[in-house]
Amino acid sequence: MTQTLLHQILDYANRADPYPIYEELRRTPVHHDTDGPYVISTYYEIRSLLHDPRLSSDARNLASGGADPLAESASEESALPPSFLRLDPPEHDRLRRMTNRHFGPPHSPHRVDAMRPELHDIVGGLIDGLGDPGRIDLVEEFSYPFPVTVICRLLGIPREDEARFHTWADTLAASLDPDPDADPAERGKGTVEARMQLGMYLAGLIEERRKNPGDDMLSQLATAEGQDGPMTTMELLSTAALLLIAGHETTVNLITNGMLTLLRNPDVLQRLRAEPRLAVPIVEELLRFEPPVQLLPGRTALADIEVRGVTIPKGSTLWLVLASGNRDPQRFENPDRFDPDRPDVQHLGLGSGIHSCFGAPLARLEAQLALSELARRLEKPRLLEDPPPYRQNAVLRGPRHLRIACDGIRP
Amino acid sequence: MVSIAVDLNRCQGYAQCAFLAPEIFTMHGDEALLYNPDADDALREKLAQAAAACPVQAILVDAVDEPTEVVSDAR
Amino acid sequence: MLGDGALEQLKREGRIVVVGASLAGLRAAETLRAKGFVGSLTMIGDEPCEPYDRPPLSKGVLLGRARADRTALPRLRSVDATWRLGVPATGLDMAARRVRLADGDEVPYDRLLIATGVRARPWPREEEAELDGVFVLRTREEGSALARRLDEGPKRVLVIGGGFAGSEVASACRERGLPVTVAERGAAPLVGALGGVVAAVAADLQREHGVDLRCGVMVTALEGDASGRVRAAHLSDGSTVETDVVVVSLGALRNTEWLSGSGLGAGPRGIACDAGCRAFDIRGIVTDDIYAAGDVARCPHPLFGYQFLSLEHWGNAVAQAGIAAHNMLSESIDRLPHMDVPAFWSSQFGVNIKSVGVPSMATEILISQGSLDSRRFVGVYGYQGRVIGAVSFDHGRWLPFYQELIEKTAPFPPQFATVDRHPDGLRPVDADFPDPSVPSHGPTVTLSGYSPADRRITFTPAH
Repeated sequence: MTQTLLHQILDYANRADPYPIYEELRRTPVHHDTDGPYVISTYYEIRSLLHDPRLSSDARNLASGGADPLAESASEESALPPSFLRLDPPEHDRLRRMTNRHFGPPHSPHRVDAMRPELHDIVGGLIDGLGDPGRIDLVEEFSYPFPVTVICRLLGIPREDEARFHTWADTLAASLDPDPDADPAERGKGTVEARMQLGMYLAGLIEERRKNPGDDMLSQLATAEGQDGPMTTMELLSTAALLLIAGHETTVNLITNGMLTLLRNPDVLQRLRAEPRLAVPIVEELLRFEPPVQLLPGRTALADIEVRGVTIPKGSTLWLVLASGNRDPQRFENPDRFDPDRPDVQHLGLGSGIHSCFGAPLARLEAQLALSELARRLEKPRLLEDPPPYRQNAVLRGPRHLRIACDGIRP
Repeated sequence: MVSIAVDLNRCQGYAQCAFLAPEIFTMHGDEALLYNPDADDALREKLAQAAAACPVQAILVDAVDEPTEVVSDAR
Repeated sequence: MLGDGALEQLKREGRIVVVGASLAGLRAAETLRAKGFVGSLTMIGDEPCEPYDRPPLSKGVLLGRARADRTALPRLRSVDATWRLGVPATGLDMAARRVRLADGDEVPYDRLLIATGVRARPWPREEEAELDGVFVLRTREEGSALARRLDEGPKRVLVIGGGFAGSEVASACRERGLPVTVAERGAAPLVGALGGVVAAVAADLQREHGVDLRCGVMVTALEGDASGRVRAAHLSDGSTVETDVVVVSLGALRNTEWLSGSGLGAGPRGIACDAGCRAFDIRGIVTDDIYAAGDVARCPHPLFGYQFLSLEHWGNAVAQAGIAAHNMLSESIDRLPHMDVPAFWSSQFGVNIKSVGVPSMATEILISQGSLDSRRFVGVYGYQGRVIGAVSFDHGRWLPFYQELIEKTAPFPPQFATVDRHPDGLRPVDADFPDPSVPSHGPTVTLSGYSPADRRITFTPAH
């Protein structure tokens, strides 16, 4: 029996290489099967829709059974209200602004920049600690622990609690997967449970930070008052959960996809070893070539919207397939070629418009540093299996393990 | 020194440059960007990071190291 | 036209002269080289310095965060030109194809690009304009002089004219803690560009930031002390403002005087050219060897009823220079029209203001997202049932959507729901422009094509 293209995207069998499906998808830039979402796969249309105020990101507007990015249930019993990722302006703008106050410019312009030495130390420590060079699981030993350590330090979450929230974060990330065949009730239950647990855990931490504030973001969010006033406790919990999960589940894939791509393109890896500065264009090209968030499945049309001659009726759910737009030959020459020398990489890998990736600058620094240091220090690295086994998730797509070997590790 | 200009029609205030090279780029309010059009050579690397990270590719950086020779008497 | 390899010959050994060595001139020169022009290229500029960027002069420079003499424009590629800087062009001989320079030199050309831009309109009374402490702001030298004076900590700065430039100066002064008075002839600052509804927000912003804003008044005289230093300004309402720095911000004059008598269609409103940037002569016949770009050019815009628009916008200078350079080196069939949707920005009092389209043509406005009260909003402008412009206050990420509406000549008022629609955005109101310039009713033109690379004009004749 022939699967619909939608099922093919979600089918785990296609996880290692979804790009041929996207290519087929782009033949119908606005793809729609009965009752399914409207799937947009071409660059210019996705970019337009990311700036279209007729699209809502508010989870409460989603038709039931719709997808649920970065793990928030819209259901009534949900333990936490939606974070700004799943809100529209003006609530979105207010919460994002308040969060940004402690993360970036204009109020905290040096925060991310000042983390450079710390990031360097963490990367160095993890590479020093790699086990048998003949059998490294890069995910377990490097690309997962690195961003988790960073986000924990940034938020002020004890690193040793990682084992506890890791499970919740995974459950919540899995709930992102817009699997139309899964029993929504069953899945919803697990999600709500995980959110509740995570919420209670964070609530405890925040309580503590209120008493003994540190210089971490959680303390600052819990105690500071800006022009927008303080966050409510529920807003604070949602925001903290969002940052923790997003910092957890995306950068790991960017780094792993990055090393996988470099090992598949040894000439580029060689160049990076000789010239660490190449990490900057490499990461931008990676965000185009293998974006860690493949698609945005949770937008709703607030009005009839015409796209390439197709009218998407009010109330419809839209999927914006960022990873497909990034391979659109109308926009990028030789889109399936990994080419860090591209003169104009205006990719969709971090989204665009008001919901563009909040942690983007940190993700960029982490990935640049991780890849340049891995390239510099691993001697003759090679893949032990290709393709590697992938995680189930079709949205936050990346290898579950990346088994590599090398001849040794340089100091 | 290296010359910079930002196409502020393209700029949408994503602030990636201000995160990555705060010595050169600063946000003035939530969306407006201020920048030093003449960055120190020591900041070239950070400038390259900032320019590459701009989601709308609005940062223009000197690509030519060529002094303008003025002909004042070309008769 | 240029048949028989004449175009190839032009590219190989032709002489192209660019008069005006600022943003448009430099970008045109770069485009010419990028498109394979290897002949001789001469850049003529009246200022003694290499091309520099002007927007920082009214922002970072006045705030003391950048230096006026350090805003050189980045070079995107080598232009390998002969630079004649500090020597203004004084005349044009169209028949002999020569540009005359102030030093008596004559520079021959096969193709000429005029990008002489504008200069600040000076205070009309010369003896008052020459008082110490009276400034205009357009050039590097003027920016540097004003910045130096602000560093000295004047008692009060009077800004005459509450347009974008004047408002930015006032904003920078307030940020530096200097007392500022703004005298605006209209009902509010920015009213000419954005209409009264939005201008009221701009006025509130100014007052909140401590500007002594006086609207509906004119400055009738500037008064100096015995040493020739400005000490006060007299206003049409009978009041007097004691001040030691006056910034005259009354718009710009087009640098076209050097063309008078040349036979080119140039005058106080600029140089008339076709949509492909070819200049008209005074007979209304288009030349084929003289082009204009940037602030000095006026050119018919397909999207706005083929009205001749003259735009003092940074983005317009860049885009138009690219089109002019391309067309100079192209057969007629390969030429491109300049049809970028006008766009500009301004930052003042901590708010980022952006605009697309031509708001000043509009009669109505609708606040489609956000609210005027919050100073975070998008306003859509309508004219004759079409969306013709949009403005955003700290809402710039939405503007590309509105630009598409303009390009598609979408109906006004927009009928659809959006996120963040407030009660005051449910129906359009009079945009309240002081003196609307009314374009004639004409055919409808829309831009079509899915990517910027295949932009086309679709023409629907009026019936």
